[in-house]
Amino acid sequence: MTTATFSSSQRSSSPRTPSRGHRAWLLLMGGIPFCIGLLLLCMLASIAFGAADIQPGVVWAAITAFDSTDTNHLIIQTLRLPRALTAALVGAALATAGAMMQGLTRNPLADPGLLGIQAGAALAVVAAVLLLQINSLSTYAIYAFVGAGVTAIGVYALGSLGRGGPTPFKLTVAGAAVTALLSSFTTAILLFNERTLEEVRFWLVGSVAGRDMTLVLQASPYLFAGLLVALALGRQITTLALGDDVAVGLGQNVAWIKGLSTIAVVMLAGIAVALAGPIGFVGLVIPHVVRFFVGVDYRWILPYSMLVGASFLVASDVGGRLIARPSELAVGVMTALIGGPVFIALVLWKVKR
Amino acid sequence: MTNSTLDSKTQITESNISAAPVRAPWLTLQAQRPAWSFKVDRRVPWVLLMTLLATLLLMIWNVGTGEFPIAPLDVIKTVLHIDSANADYNFVVNTLRLPRAVVAFVVGVMLALSGAVMQTLTRNPLASPDITGVTAGASMGAVMMILLWPNAGPNALPLAALGGGTGVALVIYLLAWRHGDSPMRLILVGIGLGATLSAFQTILMLRAEIDQLQRALYWLTGSIYARSWEHLYALLPWFVVLVPVVLLASRQLNALHLGDEVAQGVGVPVILQRGLLLLASVGLTAAAISQVGALGFVGLIAPHIARRLVGPAHEGALVVTGVLGGLLVLAADFVGRTLFAPIEVPAGIVIALVGAPFFIFLLWKHRGEL
Repeated sequence: MTTATFSSSQRSSSPRTPSRGHRAWLLLMGGIPFCIGLLLLCMLASIAFGAADIQPGVVWAAITAFDSTDTNHLIIQTLRLPRALTAALVGAALATAGAMMQGLTRNPLADPGLLGIQAGAALAVVAAVLLLQINSLSTYAIYAFVGAGVTAIGVYALGSLGRGGPTPFKLTVAGAAVTALLSSFTTAILLFNERTLEEVRFWLVGSVAGRDMTLVLQASPYLFAGLLVALALGRQITTLALGDDVAVGLGQNVAWIKGLSTIAVVMLAGIAVALAGPIGFVGLVIPHVVRFFVGVDYRWILPYSMLVGASFLVASDVGGRLIARPSELAVGVMTALIGGPVFIALVLWKVKR
Repeated sequence: MTNSTLDSKTQITESNISAAPVRAPWLTLQAQRPAWSFKVDRRVPWVLLMTLLATLLLMIWNVGTGEFPIAPLDVIKTVLHIDSANADYNFVVNTLRLPRAVVAFVVGVMLALSGAVMQTLTRNPLASPDITGVTAGASMGAVMMILLWPNAGPNALPLAALGGGTGVALVIYLLAWRHGDSPMRLILVGIGLGATLSAFQTILMLRAEIDQLQRALYWLTGSIYARSWEHLYALLPWFVVLVPVVLLASRQLNALHLGDEVAQGVGVPVILQRGLLLLASVGLTAAAISQVGALGFVGLIAPHIARRLVGPAHEGALVVTGVLGGLLVLAADFVGRTLFAPIEVPAGIVIALVGAPFFIFLLWKHRGEL
């Protein structure tokens, strides 16, 4: 039953339509290199484009044969490369985490924010600015990550109370309640303390400008670990998305899969919010966009979300620099500004009922 | 079962199956002329009585508390215009505090019912009035007014919010229309348009002066501060028309909650009913937040609490939802007004600070049943 439902997107799983299944599989497989190419193209554009005009040859030289006396090389190495990398990593992490959340909770409205990750990070940073007077991006990152992690664990624990462990409904409701609670604390601080508002108003929008390379390098091993776990769980999440009963019936250890997926989501979204601030929309929308094209199998949804999410965030960042030259728009604004209308168009085209 | 003595009167019977020892979990209310009956959960009358009583007591306590304290008995006398001890009481009670308390209650009822309708129509526990785009639209309108035309008249802000809210909701509904309506398309288009609007809003807010930004934030939080009878008069037409519409649609909501096929099967004209109910939900929220700002969370939480208390059948749950919503906003405004006086904490903040832990407590208490 279940395999037949997915035959269009699965490797000849239904013996009656081997050619069609095979063709779909080839198409999906071929899409992966295409998306990797797209991502590389976006990153190249992000590195090559900026306030200072730098020739493509110089860009190449700055990466392959770095010369620390050359200003252009310095711009590439300290400003643009970290920025492009941050954008790509954050985009991949957010979109993958969002796809996993939607699968786990079987709710199309779910995103990493549902575990309270963004709200927890925002409150931690705002409170730290208010009480400890911190003011550097890398300190923000630490507080953001800790806030996100603690909140996510709290929400998960709260949603796991009682019979049946963490059901989608309980998780969803617990997440919504905790998010509301924390955001209202944040708003209260911002309303009554003008200095804090002035300090964090730009961080709260979400941006990848001026990110430190060391921070990116420190974060990336954990991020890649999270992405790998996500990719490895594709098959299990697909069955889980059909319902706990189905997953149990097919012999899966549901509690383990949920726990492991949640750890991956917290790692990915927590690091993303630490690096770039609370960027919404990507985690919610990219998985939907991907689903329109690859169907309901998370073995495809997850890798495609990763690549498309990364490309989308890098492209949005480039767009934000283009649209408001010589100043720029934060990527957290651009994602919604570009993504919103595109998403609406896709919904109108693809969702029939 | 013809009963001539109780003819045309409302009669309450226990729908008890013969002499079964277990009491039926619901009560049936019925009248014989006009032929009318409906059943509500057995817990409804009790819960409703308690919440209404709590509302009344809180209202009296609230109106009596402040920089100028008034004894509860004097509050009642002043409200009823029975001769009271102090001439100033009339001004403090009837001009300052009572309208504010009533506005809080009315707004709470409207937002809670609107949220309940949305959760049922989308069959999604996360749904709140925001999904229709009404909050995003109203916020956009209000923030534009505050930041771009800060010197516009006092009526400009509510009008901009009302117009923005209903306008955006309409656009989303029309965009999502395709040979009929579709809740899934509605939700997704709502997400897309909501995100786009909030991006524009963020651009405006990033460029704003810090004091104007704070004013916009204040509006986006929602507050009942300094609301008067004029605000209530602006709300009343919406309240009087839309609240009964929603309450009378309980049966249709029950059917729609079970799915389009079931609803169609029991004779509900699905598209028409859903359209009308959406319209009612949008109208309730748009009107409420145009007067007090984007007060969130009530629409999300009140229906959940009501269902925990009296079960999911809409006949009882809707009424309880409404009263609970009103009680919540009233309590939030009271706490925000008095706790750190003379500093006023906006009701929108208090409601989440108080409501969320309570919500979590309910979740914990009923952890075995979900």
